[in-house]
Amino acid sequence: MKRAYLDNASTTPILPDVLEAMLPYLKEYYGNPQSLHDWGDEAREAVEEARGKVATLIGAQPEEIIFTGSGTEANNFAIKGLALAQQSQGKHVVISAIEHYSVLHAAKTLEKWGFELDQVPVDKHGVVNPDEVERCIEDDTVLVSVMHANSEVGTIQPIAEIAKVVKKTGALFHTDAVATTGTIPVDVRELGVNALSLTPNQFYGPKGVGALWLKKGVRIIPFIDGGVQEGGRRAGTENVPAIVGLGKAAELAKEEMASRMAHLSVLRDRLIGGLLSRIGHTILTGHPTQRLPGNASFCIEFIEGEAMLMLLSHQGIAASSGSACTSKALKSSHVLTAMGIPPEVAQGSLLFTLGLENIEEDIDYVLEALPPIVDRLRQMSPLYDKFLKGKQGGR
Amino acid sequence: MPVYSDKVMDHFMNPRNVGEIADADGIGEVGNPVCGDMMTFYIKVDNNHLRDVKFKTFGCGAAIAVSSIVSEMAMGKTLEEARKITPALVAQELEGLPKNKYHCSNLGAQALNKAVDDYLKKQGKEVKSRRRGKNEKE
Repeated sequence: MKRAYLDNASTTPILPDVLEAMLPYLKEYYGNPQSLHDWGDEAREAVEEARGKVATLIGAQPEEIIFTGSGTEANNFAIKGLALAQQSQGKHVVISAIEHYSVLHAAKTLEKWGFELDQVPVDKHGVVNPDEVERCIEDDTVLVSVMHANSEVGTIQPIAEIAKVVKKTGALFHTDAVATTGTIPVDVRELGVNALSLTPNQFYGPKGVGALWLKKGVRIIPFIDGGVQEGGRRAGTENVPAIVGLGKAAELAKEEMASRMAHLSVLRDRLIGGLLSRIGHTILTGHPTQRLPGNASFCIEFIEGEAMLMLLSHQGIAASSGSACTSKALKSSHVLTAMGIPPEVAQGSLLFTLGLENIEEDIDYVLEALPPIVDRLRQMSPLYDKFLKGKQGGR
Repeated sequence: MPVYSDKVMDHFMNPRNVGEIADADGIGEVGNPVCGDMMTFYIKVDNNHLRDVKFKTFGCGAAIAVSSIVSEMAMGKTLEEARKITPALVAQELEGLPKNKYHCSNLGAQALNKAVDDYLKKQGKEVKSRRRGKNEKE
């Protein structure tokens, strides 16, 4: 059967060169980077080389990179660690309404710990307006966090503009750049932030590793207590093979970024254009132009996302959905809700996220497979019936 | 995606009795699009028996499979027998439903029951309905 993986926002495959770079550190170079002998030296040198590559990718200094166990951990570390370190100056935190759960739920935990939390609304395209951020900031605001891009709808935020607003107030500014780092240019100085989270499982590196970039001089409370690893800020024996993989993935992303972006955006535009012209009553979610190069996200009216995913999967196509029925909690995506999409429309959420391995044929395969699936589910849908009857009635 | 039984997958991939009956004797609608699932059942009654049952469903894979199997379970039954189809029986017949789908998607028996109510009301007969589910509206 033909197969097409169009769920790269969930995770990307590992590039062969990344795997090759990692393998020696799963085999012969098994030393602990903290050890004072040759075995330790080999591992330590590899970790430091990777740190340098990650720093180069985002325009940072190597000593500003703290390796973590995931992007989620980097976000938790930033939100809790920065807020706690600043709490003598205030206990108010601001995030956007469309953050990933690792920021949203970490901020909710801060609320339980006595902090106050405000969420900045977004417009219909999922854009955070810097003026709205300014309105949410109060005298005792110590931390603001707005994601660089949302992987569910693809919208890229005006982080540098928001940074200017936050800087005036003296609060710290963190951005969750998990969806952007290694995919589009990310430069910490240009963005003007104080902290930034990233993970290579979004740019063809391994899972189980991430990093927090923390601007020199910014205080943070350690997230995991223990030994002296990562400057005492993140204890635990380093995941050397994964860190090496992150370094290699960062190096390749830096080298190939322009060609990757061109490849992805051509496929994305083919998919968006093709799908909107073939399937009526379909909305492109997210910003029409300020969007991630591989993101094609839609709401297809009168039908439900999980049913579409099951029928697509039956034809070997991997996609995802923010519909209530797809989530374990049976709640529609807070991102779509924040953008003002009505719940019944959000039920028809369908998200394709493209990757390097995708070719034009994959897109054409989806464009061929999806319309009959939509037709079939609409024929079954009482909502579609009502819509058609309403139209006949001249309403 | 949730792990569905083979029976659920079969009824989702090949749903039985999809459609509507233009001159239905009773129509029952439950759920609403806002909460995610919506089902409409149409019945044709002849000599106290369900001669035809059809449905339309907006919802997830489980909701579609539930509607399909309810239509199959009810076909040819007497009104009294049809009333005895419960969500628990439906789940059993489908060889189980994922826990989080049990309540929201398992509305088929309710919709069918409502179609029977509608038929009886149209006949001027007293409606002795089972207790109403929380997703039903008068």
